[in-house]
Amino acid sequence: MSKQDERFTALSRVLHWLMAAMILIMLFVGVGMVSSTTERYRYLVALHRPLGILILILAVVRLTNRLLNAPPPLPASLPKLQQIAATVSHIVLYALMFIMPLLGWAMLSAAPYPIDLFGTLRLPAILSPDAALYAQLRALHTDFALLFYAVILVHLGAALLHAWIRRDGVFRSMAGGPRSPTP
Amino acid sequence: MQPGDTQRPLSLPAVLVRLMAIGVILCAAAALFVYVGGWLSPDRRTQDRFMTAFDAHDGKHPGFRRNHAKGLCVTGWFDAAAEAAPLSRAAIFHLQRVPIVGRFALAGGMPFAADQAGTVRSMALRFLPIGAQEWRTGMNDIPVFPVNSNEGFYEQLRASAPDPATGKPDLEAMKDFLARHPETVRAMQLIKARSISSGFADDTYNSLDAFYLTNSSGVSVPVRWSAVAVQPFVADDAGAHAGAEKNYLFDDLLKQLESHALKWRLVFTIGEAGDSTQDATLAWPEERRRVVAGIVTIARAVSEENGACTDINYDPMVLPDGIAPSDDPLLAARSSVYARSFTLRSAEKSKKPASAVSPPVGMDGSAP
Repeated sequence: MSKQDERFTALSRVLHWLMAAMILIMLFVGVGMVSSTTERYRYLVALHRPLGILILILAVVRLTNRLLNAPPPLPASLPKLQQIAATVSHIVLYALMFIMPLLGWAMLSAAPYPIDLFGTLRLPAILSPDAALYAQLRALHTDFALLFYAVILVHLGAALLHAWIRRDGVFRSMAGGPRSPTP
Repeated sequence: MQPGDTQRPLSLPAVLVRLMAIGVILCAAAALFVYVGGWLSPDRRTQDRFMTAFDAHDGKHPGFRRNHAKGLCVTGWFDAAAEAAPLSRAAIFHLQRVPIVGRFALAGGMPFAADQAGTVRSMALRFLPIGAQEWRTGMNDIPVFPVNSNEGFYEQLRASAPDPATGKPDLEAMKDFLARHPETVRAMQLIKARSISSGFADDTYNSLDAFYLTNSSGVSVPVRWSAVAVQPFVADDAGAHAGAEKNYLFDDLLKQLESHALKWRLVFTIGEAGDSTQDATLAWPEERRRVVAGIVTIARAVSEENGACTDINYDPMVLPDGIAPSDDPLLAARSSVYARSFTLRSAEKSKKPASAVSPPVGMDGSAP
């Protein structure tokens, strides 16, 4: 394969690392705020809502980019089962990038809570008020958050296996760095 | 050819060391998440621990609010006075007649407790201006809040819970709490000295927490607000309700609403330098400027079974642009604890028995 195909495009890498940071912050802010009752709660909630919507917008950009720019293929030496696991986990991660913010938006709509972003900017409700539905969506928001973090840990573990043990260029294709190995 | 394939194979110990390093990183990441969620900190006052404290205090009542459990929905409207507009740019003070969904309730987590004159009464209001930002507020008929911190809120709840062994409040625990919270001792004196009115209608309800109003020029002032009864104050007369029905306060309110609407003046008290916005146990001086921001009219009552207040969390932090929270730590405590209570009771909706106060369906008439 050509040298150009070995790495993700610069845009793909920027989107990946930017969103990785944002999603990790989001998950920690989320788990922190739902267990907090101090002043911290206010600031975490005020951060959680706009950051979630920003992730949703970036997820649209990222999915479009992914469909337009095919990622470099996994090395042929990778066992089939691991190839399948990689594909499935990536689909789950992409799905959660959309599901989590949409669930958050939907549950706040059903509660009904105003969906403040910043300043006077508020999002419209996407569901009619329904407390029982709110409770179900709220529970799902937690369940999917835990799943999200678990899949991220699996993704991280796999990335480190590629980087430190297999050393097959998969990690470098996203991490950047020199194109050719230093001898 | 992938670049890595040209590298020397790793020795078995090197593979093991690297695997262990990966394992350590993943475990640390998982542990950090669990820590941030409060699961490793038994002393952290999490939302769930507040819920546990409410359950220990009042027992479990699925489907009901964890506090102010016994209540009645009401509807009405708000007519702003011209004096409010220069203080706040919030739409409710600049519009004609804003609809209200409100709730009268008794403090405490027991939805079927008998009405008692001395129980703290509350009025919660949700102002719903059409096409503009809503405002929610929960007010109580006491002059100051009994605690001024998240920690005080939690510890007071725990200290006043019945001892599981005896079923009675643990006096030692309360004594110990009060010794550590002189602000509560002072606040309780003010609360005990208040004049108790005959019912919900002639009562005055206070925001207790401070907020900021911001006008269209961006000028902010600290305020506390009150809903002051237009109905003349009648002092509670223990003889008048001796042997009364267990819902006598709510029944009186229902009876009055059957014949006429009830009104409250929404009054802003403007804080000055030195008035604490942070400490809700401290009263502001009597001579502070008061501005009548408008009239709240309550026209009809609806049971929680059919009412629009039931599924509303009267979160004091749901504020329109033009009203902002102060640095009072109780605001975050109330907001977060109410949110958890709302989530739990919403999930328990199918298990909720009918509320204690259920006026006949005929009361749920159409709009005025």
